[in-house]
Amino acid sequence: MMQDIATERKSSWLQATARQRVSGFLDKGTFVEFLGPSERVQSPHLSLFDLPRAFDDGVVVGRGKLDGKDVLLAAQEGKFMGGTFGEVSGAKIIGLLRAARDSDGDKEGGVPKTVLLLLDSGGVRLQEANAGELAVSEIMRAIVEARRAGVTVLALVGGTSGAFGGAGLISATCSRIVISEAGRTGVSGPEVIETNKGVEEFDSSNKSLVWSVDGGKNRRLIGGADAFAPDTMDGFRTATLAVLDRVAPPCTLETLQAEHGRLAARQDKLGACSDAVSMWKTLGIAEAEAIRDMEDSDFMRIADQLKEANHDAR
Amino acid sequence: MEMLKVQKVAKRRAVGVREQGILGVVASGNLEVLFERVVPGTACEIEIATPMKGYDHIWQAVLQDFIDRCSPGGLRITINDGGARPDTVALRLMQGVAMMEAE
Repeated sequence: MMQDIATERKSSWLQATARQRVSGFLDKGTFVEFLGPSERVQSPHLSLFDLPRAFDDGVVVGRGKLDGKDVLLAAQEGKFMGGTFGEVSGAKIIGLLRAARDSDGDKEGGVPKTVLLLLDSGGVRLQEANAGELAVSEIMRAIVEARRAGVTVLALVGGTSGAFGGAGLISATCSRIVISEAGRTGVSGPEVIETNKGVEEFDSSNKSLVWSVDGGKNRRLIGGADAFAPDTMDGFRTATLAVLDRVAPPCTLETLQAEHGRLAARQDKLGACSDAVSMWKTLGIAEAEAIRDMEDSDFMRIADQLKEANHDAR
Repeated sequence: MEMLKVQKVAKRRAVGVREQGILGVVASGNLEVLFERVVPGTACEIEIATPMKGYDHIWQAVLQDFIDRCSPGGLRITINDGGARPDTVALRLMQGVAMMEAE
């Protein structure tokens, strides 16, 4: 029943569980889990609603090696309660970020100054209400504090639940975002927009529309994600290593001002577009119509050459 | 939440040295099973938390069948159930023993 490493590395990120992602993504046998399932650090709230708990509260945290480089990592299980942030799952991620913040550096055996967040989440766990909302804002604060202390925090988005609501906010707080075609990010998900603004604004049952707007290809092209990964363990490994090779933008006032400037310019340029293809045409992509069905390697070549997709404002 | 605690005696101890392992996800129609090699002798402790009420007899039947087939002596098995069907439960339990006995 054991898969060999080559097969595991080629398997789908989208379809994997959080634990399968950790195992397929990191160097074999290097992962050490903190607060593993046998410690039973579970949600204190779900039993009140007669809902089942998970031994790890839906997030796996620990340290390991990525191509020999030490990293801290948190992986959300998108299939457990939509990968939501609760009091316990949030605290596990906050603890990881604070450990990185307080570390003196990447020396042998020390706490790594790199944190990878394998997001797969619809946002706050509504059953935990304020505790869930607080968890999201505390994670964002912890990311800012960690980045100010020289930590690189990456968001990896490619799971079934995408990164919406609080997870969308958290991804936007990171140093860089890596996304796959099936990964989607945003703050308000498609159903939320449709409920509030009507079906004319955004038809959430139109999957091709949802994917073209919220999906990884569009996010990459309009500068909402910094790297595109094919939907495999290897795809995310390669893309993450390439991002880690570049210097991450510092978390400074100048970076924030640059980001505001970039977003205003993007609004001016693309604000009148009614769909994703017209945005891609406006960005000057000759093969705009073909983007959706394009092979990953061809798509990555186009995205890497596009000015709007590549910036240091974050 | 329905809590079920079952003590069984298996034919033999599960082979291997792996101390613990986890399988599955708490999602609709699925379950999460934690295996820990902490029980002395050939006893096997199984603890289940399930939101589905009134299926004790089905759980008992599935667990007895599992004990007869796999002989998971020495294991404590803890289940967080998301409303899995009996065939899914049986499959996960057998997968888990195979995982604990591998290498």
